[in-house]
Amino acid sequence: MTDNPLERLLLTGNEALAHAARKAGIRLGSGYPGTPSTEVLQTLDAIGGKAQWSPNEKVAMEVAIGVAFAGARALVTMKHVGLNVAADPLFTVAETGVDGALVVLVADDPGMASSQNEQDSRRYAVAAGIPLIEPSDSQETYDFFGHAVAISERWGIPVLFRMTTRVSHSKSIVRAGALVCEPPRKPSFRRDIPGRVMIPAYARPAHRRLRQKLEQIAAWNESGPLNKILPGTSETGIVAAGIAMMHAREAAPDAPLFKVGMSHPLPVEAIRSFAAPLKRCVVIEEGDPIMVDTCRAAGLTVEGKPEPFRFGELNVNRVLRILNHDTSPETAPPPGRPPQLCPGCPHRTVFEILHKLDCIVSGDIGCYTLGVLPPFQAMDTCVCMGASIGVGLGLRHALPPEQARRVVSVIGDSTFVHSGITGIAEMLYNPPETGHVVLILDNHTTAMTGLQDHPGTGRTLDGEPAHTLFFEDMLRGMGVPDIQVLDAQADPTVFEKLLTERLQRGTLSVIITRKPCLLAARKQRQADPGG
Amino acid sequence: MMNMAMVTNIVIAGVGGQGVILASDLLSEAAFIAGLDVKKAEVHGMSQRGGSVNSDIRFGQQVWSPMIPDGTADFLLVLEPTQGDPNRHRLSPSGTEIVPAVMDGVQLPHPRTLNVAMLGVLSRHLDLPMDVWTAAMNALIPARILDMNHTAFATGRSIGERTSGHA
Repeated sequence: MTDNPLERLLLTGNEALAHAARKAGIRLGSGYPGTPSTEVLQTLDAIGGKAQWSPNEKVAMEVAIGVAFAGARALVTMKHVGLNVAADPLFTVAETGVDGALVVLVADDPGMASSQNEQDSRRYAVAAGIPLIEPSDSQETYDFFGHAVAISERWGIPVLFRMTTRVSHSKSIVRAGALVCEPPRKPSFRRDIPGRVMIPAYARPAHRRLRQKLEQIAAWNESGPLNKILPGTSETGIVAAGIAMMHAREAAPDAPLFKVGMSHPLPVEAIRSFAAPLKRCVVIEEGDPIMVDTCRAAGLTVEGKPEPFRFGELNVNRVLRILNHDTSPETAPPPGRPPQLCPGCPHRTVFEILHKLDCIVSGDIGCYTLGVLPPFQAMDTCVCMGASIGVGLGLRHALPPEQARRVVSVIGDSTFVHSGITGIAEMLYNPPETGHVVLILDNHTTAMTGLQDHPGTGRTLDGEPAHTLFFEDMLRGMGVPDIQVLDAQADPTVFEKLLTERLQRGTLSVIITRKPCLLAARKQRQADPGG
Repeated sequence: MMNMAMVTNIVIAGVGGQGVILASDLLSEAAFIAGLDVKKAEVHGMSQRGGSVNSDIRFGQQVWSPMIPDGTADFLLVLEPTQGDPNRHRLSPSGTEIVPAVMDGVQLPHPRTLNVAMLGVLSRHLDLPMDVWTAAMNALIPARILDMNHTAFATGRSIGERTSGHA
């Protein structure tokens, strides 16, 4: 269907990206679910592309690097915090470069609709030294993806493709035409030991090569096709990228607008020429002051935004405030109804009992983070994927024994596979004096992001049967001395007794409470009505 | 603001599980089929867990931001009674709020078709012909529940006929 260049589609940014990936001949899309990035790979799979979930973003990135080393085209997807997990391979693949294409989609969540921090991932492009592309709507997402592939292949460099919630999850019209990239090449191994084996002797020239590529890309981007000027009659001009550009055009339709599509390396000289005749030039960017600082460092006279607008999403009214120097207090919107654990959710029993036993709960990322809210209020820390185990161990090491004995690490099944396994290795290697108890809440799905499969569910991204990672077998193999498996919801008193006893015992225990998520079970029945 | 007079802004508000997203997909699809520029924005994520869910739908000649500025919505379609208050600031002073009480005493084919029935009420206030609504429903609703949703939409549309000042 997408062969018709004039086909008009109404797509989310994530869907548009998947359509472009399919069109560009992406060999493999890898990733780990994370709002607002999740639907890219699901759509890619649904429209006939190859996509798979990895245990975490670092592995997904490494798989994508291998695909690109093979001369093929790779897409790897993640949310902003996932890029922290994948940062290690990213920084070095920037230096090795790639033979095929490597496009790294990162979806930021300004305003934190569904995240634990509000980081601005654009800084990663600067830090790693790679190009950064920022689309403003679904059409640009589609078109810019072709440019990302072409740039990645022309310079042999990974490209960071950065979207935000309002680009990823908003729908707008796409004409799915031809992309600028050439047809994909046939994958083939090309040996390049000094280029790909990053021992110091080979890495030193690789770093220089990276900076040379970046210099060339910077020169290309000064007159490149990803940036454009929207004309206007006013004496105040605007420089903007991503969704902020849409808000800015609506807020000030008469202002000339320099719309940045590739924001690293920033086309500073083009912006200098744009700003020169203006009385006033304002950089409108969501999040951190990155473009404005770059412009100022180059000696441009541009305005940024007052500090309050660093926080949360921008919108048309907030852009108007920035343009009008209005820093009067903003009225907070009336609170909506907060999310909660579903009625009948198996996690409910666990958090009721953790609350009742007054445990110190080192928590983790997932639906069960909602255990922090009333009526349970049974979570005391939540930092990042997998942190429950390490943080729980640290608390045990430092707290006085009577408090240490109340510490429990609580982690979900998908999060456990993502980055809990190394925490168990730490627990066995450096056991606290009071022992420790890890609770794995196994509901057999990645529930929070919308019921994705993972290596423990026995199904791949497209629902096909796959090898199942059995947690108890793995834990036994690692040498965990005490592994208990039960359905806490079916036997709350048994669970309460077991947990109480293990906390008092002072040894190392892992308790797996296993009951499929109600929503996942329903989805599975619909997908597999005969089963 | 440019073209604002030509852009129709609609906020749909409800809670997780009510089909806010389907309703907003149907509305944006209808405007899309009618040949208009359309943008639609919402926040997913925690929405499945029973919390508030809103969706902004904008259509017209040209739409820039996908988010409706506060105080400029032409319609606020409320699917759950508690969700009117937290969203009323979205509505323009001359905007119209449509609340679920309009369906009181009305027989629906299934309680879960309230979202589509409410869309039927809204449809009488909009300049979109019936055939684009039918096409949108046919495109987006699974076959096994399509008939009951057509019925629900028609039921809502007939109520909208009685409540709409202009039509």
